[in-house]
Amino acid sequence: MIEKLQRRFMLHLDPILLGALAVLALLSLIIIYSASSGSIDRVVGQAINILVAFLALWLIANMPLHFLMRIAVPIYVLGMVLLIGVALFGDIQNGARRWLNIGIATIQPSELMKIAIPLMMAWYFEKHEATLEWKNYLIATVILAVPFLLILRQPDLGTAMLIAASGFYLLFLAGLHWKIMTGLLVTALGSAPFLWHMLHDYQRQRILMLLDPMKDPLGKGYHTIQGMIAVGSGGSLGKGYLNGTQTHLEFLPERSTDFIFAVFSEEFGLIGNILLLAIYIFILWRGFIITANASTYFTRLMAGSITLTFFTYTFVNMGMVTGILPVVGVPLPLISYGGTSMLTLYLGFGMLMSIQSHKTLVQS
Amino acid sequence: MSQHKELRDHQREIYFFRLRLITSFVFMLLLALLLVSRLVFLQIFKQDEFSMLADKNRISVVPIVPNRGLITDRNGIVLAQNYSGYTLEISPAKLSKDMESTINELSTIVDISAKDRKRFKKLLTESHTSNSYPIRSRLNEQEVARFAAQSYRFPGVEIKARLFREYPYKDRTSHLIGYVGRINDKDSEQLDDKGLAANYRGSDYIGKLGIEQSYEEALHGITGFEDVEVDAAGRGVRVLSRTAPKSGDNLKLTMDIKLQEIAEEAFGNFRGALVAIDPNNGEVLAYVSKPGYDPNLFVDGIDSDNWDALNNSPDVPLINRPLRGQYPPGSTIKPFMALSGLDSGKRTASYAISDPGYFMLPGNRHQYRDWKTGGHGRVDLFKSIVISCDTYFYSLANDMGIDSIHDYLEKFGFGKKTGLDMEGESPGLLPSQDWKRRRFNQIWYPGDTVSVGIGQGYTLVTPMQLAYAVSIIANSGKGYKPHLVREITNSTEHTVKEIKPEVTVNLSLKPEHLEIVKHAMTAVTLPGGTAAYAGSGAAYEFAGKTGTAQVIGIKQGEKYNANEIAERHRDHAWFIAFAPADKPRIALAVLAENAGHGGTVSAPIARKVIDYYLLGKVPPQSRYAPQPEEKEEPEND
Repeated sequence: MIEKLQRRFMLHLDPILLGALAVLALLSLIIIYSASSGSIDRVVGQAINILVAFLALWLIANMPLHFLMRIAVPIYVLGMVLLIGVALFGDIQNGARRWLNIGIATIQPSELMKIAIPLMMAWYFEKHEATLEWKNYLIATVILAVPFLLILRQPDLGTAMLIAASGFYLLFLAGLHWKIMTGLLVTALGSAPFLWHMLHDYQRQRILMLLDPMKDPLGKGYHTIQGMIAVGSGGSLGKGYLNGTQTHLEFLPERSTDFIFAVFSEEFGLIGNILLLAIYIFILWRGFIITANASTYFTRLMAGSITLTFFTYTFVNMGMVTGILPVVGVPLPLISYGGTSMLTLYLGFGMLMSIQSHKTLVQS
Repeated sequence: MSQHKELRDHQREIYFFRLRLITSFVFMLLLALLLVSRLVFLQIFKQDEFSMLADKNRISVVPIVPNRGLITDRNGIVLAQNYSGYTLEISPAKLSKDMESTINELSTIVDISAKDRKRFKKLLTESHTSNSYPIRSRLNEQEVARFAAQSYRFPGVEIKARLFREYPYKDRTSHLIGYVGRINDKDSEQLDDKGLAANYRGSDYIGKLGIEQSYEEALHGITGFEDVEVDAAGRGVRVLSRTAPKSGDNLKLTMDIKLQEIAEEAFGNFRGALVAIDPNNGEVLAYVSKPGYDPNLFVDGIDSDNWDALNNSPDVPLINRPLRGQYPPGSTIKPFMALSGLDSGKRTASYAISDPGYFMLPGNRHQYRDWKTGGHGRVDLFKSIVISCDTYFYSLANDMGIDSIHDYLEKFGFGKKTGLDMEGESPGLLPSQDWKRRRFNQIWYPGDTVSVGIGQGYTLVTPMQLAYAVSIIANSGKGYKPHLVREITNSTEHTVKEIKPEVTVNLSLKPEHLEIVKHAMTAVTLPGGTAAYAGSGAAYEFAGKTGTAQVIGIKQGEKYNANEIAERHRDHAWFIAFAPADKPRIALAVLAENAGHGGTVSAPIARKVIDYYLLGKVPPQSRYAPQPEEKEEPEND
């Protein structure tokens, strides 16, 4: 009986991916314990986040693929409505209009869009698979660009760029011609000055600070400098678990969220970092296998985008902590404290698992 | 168009998709490689640099202020000490309310007087280096307890326990010991210039005057340090290492506080100065500047009322008279003139003049008057000193010429600093032709020379200089640099550094010349001499010379009448002395301002000081005078 239940439970879950996620989930709890200087509350909180996210993962993994196809448009429309709602009635926090109070809770619609946009674009390409031509790519680009600009205006540079990246991956995987891609890249670079004007002062400061964080070591450069000090002083072997001075003496900002990688780096050193990166690459690899074996155009695009976006998140977070990217407020996937980010990521992995396990069932 | 479109080849599509997938995977791996190289750069190549920065972040160096050295007199009686007490301090930067209302509220808990407020305001304007400033010092236990209970109401105000400097002898030692005060902007600039700023981290006080200033380096000690691990908020987490501070050196002075007090008491109500030196080694035995002031007032910043009172007093208590008071030497210059005359060959012991009561330069009708109308008759060198004959020295000065006088007197230390180990010494003034040309761009007139012979004219001396000069005569031409500190004790290493006597000058004076001058000075205190009254009944040979320094000039044909002249314009009374004359152990110079004749005021002061020093005799009015013994109760058998 129990064995049967177990089998049913695991039926649509990918054990390889699940194993890697479990390792990172455990690591997350361990690092948060150190980052929060031994706060059990924080560890329990993250454990709950993981459990909730896992529940979502299980549900999505058990959904048939056509379910994903069916919800793509409604979710995208809902996301757009909410985004427009934010633009009109959103709450302002820290100078950014990102949150929408819907009565029972305050939500951040841009998080939803992280899933809704690739879903919508993949759905759109699936619909026009047989007759793809350049105007389909253009429409797909519009599907991406509108919410992207809305999020950029909130302003939320980090999320906007990551959503742009996930959309771009989708266009790329959907077979966008190299020439057009080059054209897009040139356009993107060409519109950089225009984007620069759209940016808010604090976003510009962050980019400028990246160029020379020492200009304002106690102000705007503080995050980057303290992050780099934590990483650099960790050395090859690290200072040892719970022994990071930057962490435990609280010089490091955002220790259990955006800068948790600095905590890990300080305490486990270069060796730990390489091992951690290896786990991320392993997940990336598994995602690619699932993508390569996906049965339909929709699922291939979806799986590819989810996988690439996941690793992009990782790169952006680590790049930001080590000072090669501006501080854009992106958490370290699967490790940083936070329910929303955990939920979004696990939903993505749930889709991957669903794609992996349902491919035989829907193969035409 | 759409008819041309074929259904896509599924296999071909999969192939292209996988190609793109592999491309993107390779791209991701490149990103990962970028991260790894960045991590290698930061964690391997830059590790040392970032470790240092991490340590700099977490380790805060907290200074531990050393205890300031004690100052004692030659017998170990403490003249400057530290006591621990509480101050109430305000950190202006941390206040939540404005200063005025904070102080008003504080005054409901702790007694804060108007003087405290004034003193505090003055402190704020003078110093910007410190974070907190005392509004009240010397809080008692109850005040400390009251504030502690209410301290939550006063962010930026705290009670600090620390050592305070105290001068138990107050105005008796003010000009000698000086005082410490809070480090102001000027002090910190000077410390920076001297490269001492690091050693004064955490120090609030610095020697401002006197011994406290001149021996600042020794007294301050070496600041210790604690490496404290702090968190980002600056809270100390634990002490990593500690370098103990080294207390400042203790100073043992050459002076005898009891002698000093007896000397001060002997002045009575007169203002003036007294410097007593041991001629055999230059040790300063007493250093009196009257009136003094209470140096304790200055330690935490003086309030404006007290300051104004001291600064505007006609008695100028703030001037360090022995060192910085410059006066005409008057007749006290005569023994030095006499030695110069003998040594230069311009006079012999047997040469005598006939004194008509004045001196006239050839071809000039101006009369340089002797203090005694009608003159002293036949006067030789011996008599000229004993009765202080002016005419004799007018004539001698004229015969020697100013430059010769300058060169001789300079050997006795006139016109230059004695080199006393206290900052701020004045050099006095010894005129010469050259000096007058430089100073006034005028030539020297023979008439200028004449009055120099009796210690008037341009000549100015400090009491310190005169005491040093007479110590050279006392010691038969050998001079020792006067000094105030006898021993410097390093309290950490328990080593004692004794200050060795330093010979400054060794004049090759003929013994017979010295003999006659010393003999004459001894006769000054004997019947017939100008200080006979002060010398009566002395149990030792008491050599001295009176002097009267004019404060205002007397016109030709007028007569000086003390009773008709305002007290402040009366002559200063000098007396220089040494004893016992054959083997001197003490040499001194006494100046009583506006006191009239040296013989009547200053010589008795000198007598009392020497009586105590040589014989242990305490004047009956002194607080050291033995109290009449109480009769003991007869015991019952």
